[in-house]
Amino acid sequence: MNTATSVKTTRRGLLSALLRTVENFYLTIILVFLYIPIATMIVLSFNASKSRSVWGGFTLHWYAELFADAEIAAAFRNTLLIAVLSAVAATILGTAAAIGINAMKKLPRTICLGVTNIPMLNADIVTGISLMLAFIAFRISLGFQTILISHITFNVPYVILSVLPKLRQTSRSAYEAAQDLGATPRQAFFRVVMPDIRPGITSGFLLAFTMSLDDFIITHFTRGAGIDTLSTLIYSQVRRGVVPSMYALSTIIFGAVLVLLLLSNFLPRKKNAAA
Amino acid sequence: MKTTMTIPSPGRKALAFPYILWMIGFTIIPLALIFVFGLTDRNGAFTLANVAAIARPDHAKALSRALLLSLVSTVICLLLAFPLCMILRGRRLGTGSFVVFIFILPMWMNFLLRTFAWQTLLEKKGVINGILGAMHLGSIRIINTPEAMIFGMVYNFLPFMVLPIYNTLCKIDDSLIDAAHDLGADFFQTLLRVFVPLCVPGIVSGITMVFVPALTTFVISDILGGGKILLIGNVIEGEFTRSSNWNLGAGLSLVLMVFILISMAALSFFDKNGEGTAF
Repeated sequence: MNTATSVKTTRRGLLSALLRTVENFYLTIILVFLYIPIATMIVLSFNASKSRSVWGGFTLHWYAELFADAEIAAAFRNTLLIAVLSAVAATILGTAAAIGINAMKKLPRTICLGVTNIPMLNADIVTGISLMLAFIAFRISLGFQTILISHITFNVPYVILSVLPKLRQTSRSAYEAAQDLGATPRQAFFRVVMPDIRPGITSGFLLAFTMSLDDFIITHFTRGAGIDTLSTLIYSQVRRGVVPSMYALSTIIFGAVLVLLLLSNFLPRKKNAAA
Repeated sequence: MKTTMTIPSPGRKALAFPYILWMIGFTIIPLALIFVFGLTDRNGAFTLANVAAIARPDHAKALSRALLLSLVSTVICLLLAFPLCMILRGRRLGTGSFVVFIFILPMWMNFLLRTFAWQTLLEKKGVINGILGAMHLGSIRIINTPEAMIFGMVYNFLPFMVLPIYNTLCKIDDSLIDAAHDLGADFFQTLLRVFVPLCVPGIVSGITMVFVPALTTFVISDILGGGKILLIGNVIEGEFTRSSNWNLGAGLSLVLMVFILISMAALSFFDKNGEGTAF
């Protein structure tokens, strides 16, 4: 009896060890698949040879070329400016909208949320084309302003959908109690409601910011000639032929994203800050 | 957390007005314009020719190819993501851990750069063939084929499948699993009767987040297909940026929207509560 049990336990132990090995193998394969292209770009950014399959020694030449490139600098500035401005505008517009929608009766609320879902569910190519047609119909000339309007449009829904759940969790009686205690509606809002929904606002803002940074398709259709963001510049470069300084750019972007995400994810913070 | 009753108040509702105006101006009217352009000819007369143009052999081919490639990519993403999420769930890491983080980190890389990196890897004289050549293993020919596009689609959209599935899997209560085991269910029964049904919202939202961008992409096909294997997204993009036949492009977009709507209707049938969410 005793030996039978121990044989059984050993077998189970072996089995779970085997299972764990298989699992680890699977995780490794997926990780390799995910990181091979990124590793390749990092290695090639330091490759002195212009060929992509020959290692010609270590160089920082492509980084120097990257920083000397005025076109890339302008595109980088545009990308950041549009991301910041559109995320700020979307956060203000979206937070106000979420408070308004939360106060609505069922039918208007359903309609508003339905419209909010359109830019999120629709294909980017259709959103981009429709905005382009609208700008031309409204006689707004395509350029920085049209990219900004488009980015605000696809960013607002993310803010609303981050703030609404937090609003639903806030208790209305706390807001009313504040007013009973002599707070004006404005004070009651900023002192009582705001602290509750702030995590939703923050995550909505960050989501909007990254969506704007990463967008290519909608920008492609609404930008007009003469203005580039990093995405549209990369696209035209990829079509023209590969410039190794693009690898340097990718490496820098990856490093920046890694550092930012590590900082935002692993710095000590309140537990409820996650959306 | 109980949803509190909100008493409708005119003052607070007004806060949504700027947003409503914005959405009318920049979402509803633009969409209506696609209908206007799609259903008229260059002179503004009503016609169905732009929509019917989907039947033209080259357009029909591009649409069916896009449907096929996006379906295959979605299935591959699901088959890769589900075991991955099950394994990660089994490790009890929660949603904020470093291990989970490294699986979604590539998503934050610029989409075009990621695709471009695969071009570098898969090219005829690219990295993979360089390594194979150095080891005298011959070479692979995958760039500019539909297979390369599937590669690109799976790579780019996999995190969109992983996130919602992982989030719903993590919400499943362990006592349910224990109950299933106590009632004599083995691993596969637990998988099919407990995990998969409870995970449907996540799977549905993952499928939408992979299928729609894969169906409508023109970037992946452009970079990994060499611009010769066209998907419906390439055709539409071409009509707007090169051929300048906006009416035709809008008509084909209408057809594309019909396919998106069909897929969403089919999926919402499986996810009636709409609980699936990636965020």
